[in-house]
Formats: sequence, C-alpha cells, structure tokens
Amino acid sequence: MTDYEAVIGIETHVELMTDSKMFCGCPVDFGEAPNTTTCPVCLGLPGAMPVPNAEAMEGILKIGTALDCEVAEISYFHRKNYFYPDLPKNYQISQYDVPICHDGSIAIDVGGEPTRIGITRVHMEEDTGKSIHMGGGGRIHDAEYSLLDFNRSGVPLVEIVTEPDIRSAEQARAYGAELQRIVRTLGVSDARLEEGSMRFDANISVRPADDPVLGTRAEIKNVNSLRSLQRAVAFEIDRQIELIESGGTVVQETRHWNEETGKTTSMRSKEESEDYRYFQEPDLVPIEVSAEWRDAVMAALPELPAARRSRYQGLGVDARVAGVLVEADELGALFEEAMAAGGDPRLIGNWLSGEAVAWSRAENTAVGASPLSAQHLVDLAAMVADSTLSASAAKQVLGGVLGGEGSPAEVAEARDLVQISDSGVIEAAVDEVLVAHPDAVEGIRGGDMKPIGFLVGQVMRSTGGKADPKQVQQLIRDKTAG
Amino acid sequence: MSDPADLTIKAAGDAMRAGELTSLDLTEAALERARITESHLHAFLTLDQAGAKEAAAAADAALAAGEDAGPLHGIPIALKDNMCTKGIETTASSQILSGWIPPYNATVVDRLSAAGAVVVGKTNLDEFAMGSSTENSAYGTTRNPWDTDTVPGGSSGGSAAAVAAGSALGAFGSDTGGSIRQPASLCGVVGMKPTYGLVSRYGLIAFASSLDQIGPFARSVEDAAVLLEAVAGFDIHDATSIRGDVPNIRGSLSEGVAGLKVGIVTELSTTGIDPEVREAVVQTVNELSDAGAEVVDVSLPSCEYGLSAYYLIAPAECSANLARFDGVRYGLRAAGSTTEEMMAATRAEGFGPEVIRRILLGTYALSAGYYDAFYGQAQRVRTLIRREFAAAYEDVDVLVAPTSPTTAFPIGERTADPIAMYYADVCTIPMNLTGDPGISVPVGLDSKGLPIGFQVMAPALGEERLFQVAKAVEDIAGFTARAALATSEVVQP
Repeated sequence: MTDYEAVIGIETHVELMTDSKMFCGCPVDFGEAPNTTTCPVCLGLPGAMPVPNAEAMEGILKIGTALDCEVAEISYFHRKNYFYPDLPKNYQISQYDVPICHDGSIAIDVGGEPTRIGITRVHMEEDTGKSIHMGGGGRIHDAEYSLLDFNRSGVPLVEIVTEPDIRSAEQARAYGAELQRIVRTLGVSDARLEEGSMRFDANISVRPADDPVLGTRAEIKNVNSLRSLQRAVAFEIDRQIELIESGGTVVQETRHWNEETGKTTSMRSKEESEDYRYFQEPDLVPIEVSAEWRDAVMAALPELPAARRSRYQGLGVDARVAGVLVEADELGALFEEAMAAGGDPRLIGNWLSGEAVAWSRAENTAVGASPLSAQHLVDLAAMVADSTLSASAAKQVLGGVLGGEGSPAEVAEARDLVQISDSGVIEAAVDEVLVAHPDAVEGIRGGDMKPIGFLVGQVMRSTGGKADPKQVQQLIRDKTAG
Repeated sequence: MSDPADLTIKAAGDAMRAGELTSLDLTEAALERARITESHLHAFLTLDQAGAKEAAAAADAALAAGEDAGPLHGIPIALKDNMCTKGIETTASSQILSGWIPPYNATVVDRLSAAGAVVVGKTNLDEFAMGSSTENSAYGTTRNPWDTDTVPGGSSGGSAAAVAAGSALGAFGSDTGGSIRQPASLCGVVGMKPTYGLVSRYGLIAFASSLDQIGPFARSVEDAAVLLEAVAGFDIHDATSIRGDVPNIRGSLSEGVAGLKVGIVTELSTTGIDPEVREAVVQTVNELSDAGAEVVDVSLPSCEYGLSAYYLIAPAECSANLARFDGVRYGLRAAGSTTEEMMAATRAEGFGPEVIRRILLGTYALSAGYYDAFYGQAQRVRTLIRREFAAAYEDVDVLVAPTSPTTAFPIGERTADPIAMYYADVCTIPMNLTGDPGISVPVGLDSKGLPIGFQVMAPALGEERLFQVAKAVEDIAGFTARAALATSEVVQP
C-alpha cells in the first residue's frame, strides 16, 4: 500500500468579547432573550450604517501580533454577498484581498517534534444571527419553520487562516489548543468551542507521500471540541485514503462532522465555488494602523503560553508539567504565587500537575475550589527540603490539605507522617529488617546490590513511611559492608 | 401680503420674528397649497397634516417663549421618502417597503427637528432613487408644476415639485447621479448636492453608498444654504462623514464673482445639449464675465466615460444595498415553498423593472471573471475623472455647465429607452464620481416656458465659494417666474 501524507489547513473563527458589537453600540451578551440586543444597524434595517468598533480593532491587533503577523498599515473592509435568512443585510462585512494581519505563525510540539504552523491571514468580520430550524432534520431545507435570533448578529468575529502546514490529526488538535490558549491569554475572547465563541473548519486532503501535487480537499464543519477536531480530521484522512485505495476520487465538498456517529457526511458539493462578489465596503473608510498603535499593542501583550512554558522549564520544571501549568488557569495561578513566595519549582510543579490534578479528577472538584493555597505548597516543599517529610509522605499530606484537613503541618501531625529524626529508632528498625532477611544481607555482602532497595522498602513499611529513605539506605549499606 | 406659501424661508422667518406670521399660518398655507395641487402633481406619498400642525404650533409656542432655534424655526419642509422618519411610513417608492414604518429617524431628520423645522410630508421619488423622471415610482408618477404633461425630473422629483408648487418652503432630496440637481433644473428651483460626507447618510435608504448624498431644494440660493447649514457636519453614525469644521456656507454669499476664475466644462456644455439650454448657459457665463469673473474653457476629456462608469458602480453597489429586501423581516413577503423561493418571489414582486435591471447589471458587473473588466475598470475611470477635476481646480475657482441637457421632457417619452433616460444625468454624474459639490440655479425659460438650470461646481468642501457664485448667478439671472401650478390664477378656486 502507498504511504499517504495528509495536508491540513484550519480556519478558525473567534468571537471577540468586546463591550459592544462590531458596527453598532449593542452589547455583546449571549445570556439575553432572543432579539433583545439588537438595533437598526445589526438588524440591517434600511438606511442603517456600520461604524467600526475600536476595541474590536485593538482585539484583532492583539491576536495578529501574538501570532507574529505582519500588520497592514492600510487594510479594507469588503462586502461578502450571499443570501441567508440569518444574515440581515444579505452581505457580511468582512475583509478580502488586504486583511489587517498576515504572514504569522504558531509553534506547536507533538510527540517532541516542534513544528511551525504558518498563519496566512487574520481578518476582521461580523458574525451572523442564529437560525434554529424547527421540524425535519434540523437543517433549513426540511424544516417546517425556522426561528431567527439576531443577538449574535454583528458580534466582532476574527478569522484566522493557516497555511496547509498541518500533517496529522494530532497536530491539528495541538494547533487548535495552542490558538485557544493564546486567545484566552490575550483576554479578547473566552474561546469556548462548545458555545461557538471559537469555531474550527478544517480543510483536508491526502496525497502519496512523495507527490508534490496537492490532493482534492474537503472542508469539515461543525467541529465543536478539540477532541472532535482530532477525531474528525483522523476520520477524514482515513476516509480519503480508503476512497483513493478503492479506486475512488475525493470530491471538493463541505462535510459535516457528526459527533455521535464519529463520521463526516457530505453537506454540499462545491463543484462550482460560490461567487461572493466581494467589493470594497463603501459605507466604511480604510482601516489605518499607525506604527505607534501597533507598537503599543505589541508592548502591552501579556506573556504568551509558549514564553511561559519556556520560563517554567528554565526553572527546572519538565516540559510536560510546564504544559499542564500553562493549560489550567487555576494551577498556573497557584504555581505563580508559590514561585513568588520562594517555593521549589520542580516539586510544586509536579504536585500540581500530578497529585492535585488526580485529586481534582477523583473528587470532581476544581483545585481552585479546594483549601489548597500557594503558601501551603511553599510550606510543604520546605518540609521536604528539611527532611520533616519524605517525598511520599508529602504527597499524602498534600491529599489531606486538598481534602480540607488543615495546613501541611497539621495534616502531617494528625496523620503521623513526620519523619523520624531519632536515628536510634531508625537504626533499630533497620536492624530488625536485616535480621528478618538474612538471605538478602548475604547477597549484598556477596556483591549483589539489588536487594538494598527491597530492604529500604521493608524499613519504610515498618516505620509507616516516616523514615528518611536516604538515611535508611545509608544505614543498610553501612551495616552490610562489615 | 401675498400667500405665505410663496415666501422664501428668509422672508417667512423675518415675518414670523416681526410677529406678522405664525408657523401655523405658514404651515397651513403650505398644506392648503398641497391640497389644491396634489391632484395634479402627486408630489407627496405621505402628507402628515396633523403632525405638521402640531409641530408648527409647538414652534410658535417656543418662539413666543423666546426660544428661537434658528433660521428654520417653524418653516414647513418636505423630505424625500427614502429618509427614515420614525413612526411615519417610509417606502422609497417601492412596493417592497409598502407599509414599513421605521423605528428610527435619519440623522438629517433629527437635525431638522432640532433646528425647529416642520415636516409636512414625504415626497415621491423613482423607486429607490433609481431614475431621472420620478416615473419609476411604484405609487404613481409625479408631474412637473410648470407643465403637468412633463416630468419633474428625478429621482427627487417629488421634493422638487413640492418646492416649485409652494407645498413646502424647502425640501431635502438625495443625489446619487444628479437626483437633486436635475429635478431642480426641470422644476425651476435651486437644488444642491453637498461634498460627499458633509451631510450624514445615516437613515437614508441606500442606493449607491459611495455616491449618495443628501442635499436641499429651495426657492433661493440663500434658502438652500440655510437648509444645508442645518444638517451639515460630522455624524458618529456615518463612518464616511467628514470630521472637522463645516465650511462657512453662507460666509461669502453676497461677495459676487469679481476676480474669480470660472471654467466652462466643454465636454458637459456642447455635444448633446439642447441649443436653448446651451444658449442660456452661454448668456449666463457672459454675464458672469461682465460682472468681473475671468471665464475660461476647460476640457475634461474623461467626463465622456462618466456615464458608463456610473452605470457600473451605482448598480454594483445597489445590488448589495438592496439585497436586504428579502421578505424575511419586514416589508413585502410573497409566498414560496422554500426560503429561496420566498425570497426570489418577494423580490420579483416587490421591485419594479428599473430596480431589477440595475440589480442584474450590478450583480453581473461584480461577478467572478467580470469584476475587473467592469467594476474594476469603472473604478479606474472614476479615479481618472477625480484627477482631472482636481487638476482643473488648481487653475479655476469653480466650474460651470448646464445641469440637464434638456428642459422637462414629456411623461412617457423615455420610459421605453433606458439609455435615453440615463443620459438625463450626463452633466451631473461627474460630481457624484468625484464627491465634489454642485448646485443648480434656474436662469431662464425655454421657448416652451420650461425652466433651464445652470450648474456651478466646486472642489470638495468648497461650499463657500460654490454658494457665492450661485448667488451671483441668481442675481444676474433675476429669475422670478413661477410654476403655472403655483400662481394664484391656477390655485385660487
């Protein structure tokens, strides 16, 4: 069988959480009753005219700058013409040949293979209203009637288009996740896939691995989680390869991802690509971005996820842990606070990404909702450092703190986990174990060092984990050396 | 005193402030004139008698209390029915908007209200302002008060006819290719298109957004200036409106033309211009020269392509602007078994033939594979015309030409020949393409007794100079004739 390579590009729409809509003063608010956050402009009433929202322009500049894009000094709004009931003017104000940001990239890392995904363009547009098709299959063509809600109409929408640089479903997901993290870090959108404030369309084609010519692509819509992005891309790659292998040809079309069946199905074919008859929006003037504005946006950018991960790694935190800390806001916040208070990065990072996450899953409770504070983490790390607690005891103490049993000192005390500092007690416990396992002692004396670990384990068990394993090991070595 | 309906805004304002006239008297006189003439003219789609009288009474009360909102205080005016008026039906003369009552006011309407003006009604137009004769209205043709067998021009024919007949002392129209200036010329009144962006378009039902501009009709140049001053200036709701100071419109009104350089645009004044119109224009130019202006011929060869460029750009923009009329949310809805069929049926039923023709033209001009040859090429021509005018204004203060190649033509004469109809705007279209201001001033009558308009053009934001020259033209021409329907012999029962 031929080796195939998948070629994937992703278009992402992000709704900006500005105070008001893109071209009018209506609030951006999705909790309201249908058709209440509307006005003549976002309803497309005769005579109404758009006025661009400066906060939204600032938002897209942040995104473009964070994606390392070039910013156009002058760009233009265009009208994209098509008829659809939830598009009140029957054209969407968008950008066409000159987007405000272009030529950027995002770095991703899948399985230790760092890759740069090129960003072709980042442009500004307005969202449509929402259609709810009643009766039939939930699509407009077989509906009995449709309901229209224009609260979403005119919400600022940023479209981010990648180069066809993505080669696998895993990379697609990693790209989506990183973009989501960046947008959230910038604070311009909550970027929630399930609620549609972030939406992905993936263009997928496959070709024999050594073929420079691109295959015919299909576009997948209705992907509303990172997991379904990965699944949908994986399914579509397989479907296209199987189709080609069985002598078929891929047709250029839009395909709908069905979460339940785990399959993509044809929505409409793009035999003739739709003609949107773009032309420059005469109701708006060109967008001008001064060098001062661009520089001010760049200077005010927060620390981006990639920079933060590398800063954590610089503190000695391993890559996986750094990823977890940057991913989860509450863990990252605790970590930052603990670092500021002088806590041990490696230890605290591991606890947060390991025990804390496991506890959160088991208890189905957010770590942020537990009594665990940054100071607790700092104190706990100090107790390990001064040998008050063993590493394993510290983990137990952490569980107690998360569970609301008190401060690390209180939990350690209550659970009787403080390391035995009296060397006489430890020595007695070691002696006891050595006597009970003469074969092991014999083996060590004969040069086989393997039983040492076993003996240490026995001592730890008999002391309830409270002995310092390093000290125990040293004692065993000393006592078997003679 | 003569019938107050025949007064200029200036004279009526003076009489009101002298205590000789009330706004209510004035408004009732205008409404009475409308009552008598409307059966002949059909200038109005809606007459708001009750609202007008109420506003007039309020204006009188305010004036009595010492609150004077300025020169438009208590003055009855009319609005073209493509400007949104909250609570008053606004149709743009289209079936597709039959019964539509806007929930908001156009900026112009709010500004007129703040200036104390009294709106008597909404005037007829070519559907969506597409036409040059007001014959394309879905609600019947408006007739010219000078001769009811002829057209009033268009598309703002209702506003022009209302002012000429005395049913309003002033009016507002919109000018996309000449739709204020050409009907002003045909109806013997002053009509002015301001610099693009000087008057807010917010609430004006768009025809071609890059060309549309709201402007005044009046019976004197000074009145036109007063009307313009009331509505001009930056509006936060219109992103294309000009920020910064409004030109001093009445600043130099009476300073004459001595020492000014006036250029006659050859391409707009010779070929295809009716000899009587040409003669009147030449005579006026000679008189300007006598009054001390330096007169030169100016050639602007790209004007030849203006009409063609316009009939690509305007339809292209209209094809998008009119897409919203789909039967989904307001206005007419025809039956259809699918959404697409409903939309198509609504649009087929709701739009008249000229509107459909322009939507088709514009859709075609923007289509993939044709865009560059049509829309793109038209934009290049537009740039060329802009450059030619800008270069001309480096040498002259104003340009002049006829407003319309002919005087009022008979009703029905051009309805079967769209190109002949389009040609009516050949002299006015360049200013829409450049965005510069232009004004039409009546200077005489032809042998049929129909008015001839003289057009003055100035560079962008050159309104002060424009009105200065227009006033000089008005003084020189001494045009005092009144439309047959506005004279006492006809209107007195």
